[in-house]
Amino acid sequence: MRQPQPKPDVLDRRAAIVAGLRAILPADAVIAEPLELKPYETDGLSAYRQPPLAVVLPRSTAEVAAVLRLLSREGVRMVPRGAGTSLSGGALPMADAVVVGLARMNRILEIDETDRFAVVEAGVTNLAITEAVKARGFFYAPDPSSQLACMIGGNVAMNSGGAHCLRYGVTANNVLGLRGVTVEGEVVTLGGKYPDAEPTDWLGLVIGSEGQLLVVTEVTVRILPLAEGARAMLAGFRANEIAGACVDAIIASGIIPVALEFMDRPAIHACEAFAHAGYPLDAEAMLIIEVEGSAAEQDALLARIRAIAERFDPISMRVSQTAEESAAIWKGRKGAFGAIGRISPDYLCMDGTIPTSRLAEVLGRIRQMSAEYGLEVANIFHAGDGNLHPLIMFDANDPQSQGRAEAFGADILRLCVEVGGCLTGEHGVGIEKRDLMGEQFAPEELALQRRIKGAFDPAWLLNPAKVFPLVEA
Amino acid sequence: MIAPEHEADIAAAIVTAAATGGHWRLAGGGTQSGIEGGAGALSLAAHRGIVFYAPKELVIRARAGTPLAEIEAALAAEGQHLIAEPPDRRALLGTSGEPTLGGAVATNLSGPRRIHGGAMRDHVLGLRFVTGAGMVFRAGGRVLKNVTGLDLCKLLTGSRGRLGAITEVTLKVLPGPERVGTVAVAGLDAAAAVRAMAAGLRSPFAVSAACHIAPGADHKRGLTALRIEDFAASVAYRCERLRALLAEHGTAAIFADHDSRAFWRQVRDGVPLAGLGPAVWRVALRPSSAAAAAARIEAAGGQWMMDGGGAVLLVAGPAAVAATRAEGETWVTLRGEAIAVSERKEMARVRAVLDPGGVFVAA
Ligand SMILES: Cc1cc2nc3c(=O)[nH]c(=O)nc-3n(C[C@H](O)[C@H](O)[C@H](O)COP(=O)(O)OP(=O)(O)OC[C@H]3O[C@@H](n4cnc5c(N)ncnc54)[C@H](O)[C@@H]3O)c2cc1C
Repeated sequence: MRQPQPKPDVLDRRAAIVAGLRAILPADAVIAEPLELKPYETDGLSAYRQPPLAVVLPRSTAEVAAVLRLLSREGVRMVPRGAGTSLSGGALPMADAVVVGLARMNRILEIDETDRFAVVEAGVTNLAITEAVKARGFFYAPDPSSQLACMIGGNVAMNSGGAHCLRYGVTANNVLGLRGVTVEGEVVTLGGKYPDAEPTDWLGLVIGSEGQLLVVTEVTVRILPLAEGARAMLAGFRANEIAGACVDAIIASGIIPVALEFMDRPAIHACEAFAHAGYPLDAEAMLIIEVEGSAAEQDALLARIRAIAERFDPISMRVSQTAEESAAIWKGRKGAFGAIGRISPDYLCMDGTIPTSRLAEVLGRIRQMSAEYGLEVANIFHAGDGNLHPLIMFDANDPQSQGRAEAFGADILRLCVEVGGCLTGEHGVGIEKRDLMGEQFAPEELALQRRIKGAFDPAWLLNPAKVFPLVEA
Repeated sequence: MIAPEHEADIAAAIVTAAATGGHWRLAGGGTQSGIEGGAGALSLAAHRGIVFYAPKELVIRARAGTPLAEIEAALAAEGQHLIAEPPDRRALLGTSGEPTLGGAVATNLSGPRRIHGGAMRDHVLGLRFVTGAGMVFRAGGRVLKNVTGLDLCKLLTGSRGRLGAITEVTLKVLPGPERVGTVAVAGLDAAAAVRAMAAGLRSPFAVSAACHIAPGADHKRGLTALRIEDFAASVAYRCERLRALLAEHGTAAIFADHDSRAFWRQVRDGVPLAGLGPAVWRVALRPSSAAAAAARIEAAGGQWMMDGGGAVLLVAGPAAVAATRAEGETWVTLRGEAIAVSERKEMARVRAVLDPGGVFVAA
């Protein structure tokens, strides 16, 4: 992966820059020792590593603003960072950049049950929001599989989704407002504590902007009442296309389950070995379908879904009878990446979206490519919305294998675009898909997006070399 | 006024304006601005038609001038609907013309389902638009999940014709409900209504809308109503549970499907306030401050109704009512003199990118 040349003058002034940071932050909030920089040298895309110039861990919006003012003035690049779980290398540092870590901004500032929102700092983890409001009967809806670790600031930057966003939407649909700091160090508030607080949707523009426009320090999320109950069922099928047709039939019947997840045979086997959830090992494809409501409503919906699935000659169907059983079913799905990690030394997790009508064709072509590249692939995917997660297995100790895996991944994403989809449904472009952007966008479309970034960050100091293909200076 | 049928001609008209220092006021069906025609208007209304509709994929694409009614009819034929429930403002604003898709997107419309299903911004998957330099761009795409690059769809949606001429929109749609049910309590004052609506909205019963029509506006004693949309058995069950839940707030009646659909259409369109102008506003605010805001509005001679459980006040009355607005309230003028708002400094920079010549002027 090509990266821009570090700015030599910044590298030369490293000591002065660190001293400047130490002058405005408490001593423990500035990290500059090589050994202590190590944990920050990579993120969830761990094939790429680069220690930063320094790391700062501010505790308040005011501290973030002071840091950004200083770095802007000094012309120093900055890389915002949450938990570092990005799978696209969004938080990968640069040698001449200061990482602005939000992890210490982890307070929940306000919970309002009447107006149904919570204000939290950017470093609060996704799951901690739900934990904080659960006892009052609420939850925060977007649930990325990384929810134990990933932080709301990172979720906002990536517009993260999760298994339940078919019903409840992604981050952009669940955030009412935020506070952030511009690259020049100005504190801004976008949106508010109620929907449509600003006629111009600056909030919507910033969500999913991958740290290109602002450093987010506080987020106001909407919280939703918990359903009376939820139950999952499993259905195994003889072929991918049959499972895909079943998904279409469920949606055509007017049912939008809260979750509708798809796994192919290799994924079923890997996840079952890990979670012992009773996944059907003889099936070519499996659906996890979850419904919500009272016990009677769950029964009624599951009966409808079973009747539909019966038409597709299922190998097996199982409705979870207990909360433990539902939890085990989800453990397999949410632990899918870890499960693949147990059977392959390394894997790449792709994240394209396709029109659901092209599912069978796309899975067929992925299988073909898998044979051509000589690399195993397991497919897990959010079936209702066409967001694919092919997991390509390889061995990073064999450089050839890694190169082939990356080429295979790029081919899958090209295929997604070719059938009318996109490069990334929820993991973001980062550095991983940066150089593929030309597959989806015309040069002038990319130029326009660059200029919008420039409206916020004229000097291109904020998380540069991500999202957009590099242009020669 | 001109109303080109083809995108290329729309772009050409903009190029000409840009080259000659001219201006355009972008218009859709004219039902919101009342400027369907008039000098200096570039109407998108003739650029119309559904481009494709894939019900199984929950996606529809249509040109900006397509009447919302045409889209709703196509969706209804497949048992689907527009999630944001965009209102038809003609009765409320006393306008004529035909509500269009482009107008609904350019103003980020939403109806009673806003609190549950979101506004147009939440469902725009892709757009085509013409910049003030006459360049045609695509943003987003046609799939339900897409985080590739900056989300220019969000920037253009709700931009009210100031950043680009939206020519084509791809929307996410959903199956419509088998049944609609309503639980309604009469005689509550504004504060009690907000409490009752909040009780419903924090219940596990997936309330999809909550409104309160003030006594002055239409209903003699005031009416507070909550909506459930789902399969028949669920609607019956949840309406009963809601009625029990609301018992401490008042005796609730339940409206059946047909009456519910008619009632919520009136609420969506703001019909209870029709003819009470001269000026009309949509105010977004925190439900917990809605009752106090309503009292201020009333004292200034305005009439109001609440939607979104109190997160929205629709207000009609003399122009002076707007002077009562307070911090923490977002007033958007629907009829009457626009309220001046200070813009972020990024707005000037974004305009410099999308409309460097200042071709697009406010409608
Ligand atoms: C096992 C695993 C499972 C995952 N499952 C999902 C899933 O189901 N759905 C999904 O959508 N994603 C998933 N992800 C990806 C990842 O967890 C998300 O992208 C997450 O939102 C990143 O949050 P983070 O706090 O780790 O951010 P980081 O990785 O630290 O940063 C991500 C990006 O956001 C920017 N950023 C971070 N914080 C801020 C801030 N405060 N202000 C501005 N920019 C900021 C960074 O610069 C970077 O570009 C998964 C990752 C892993 C490792």
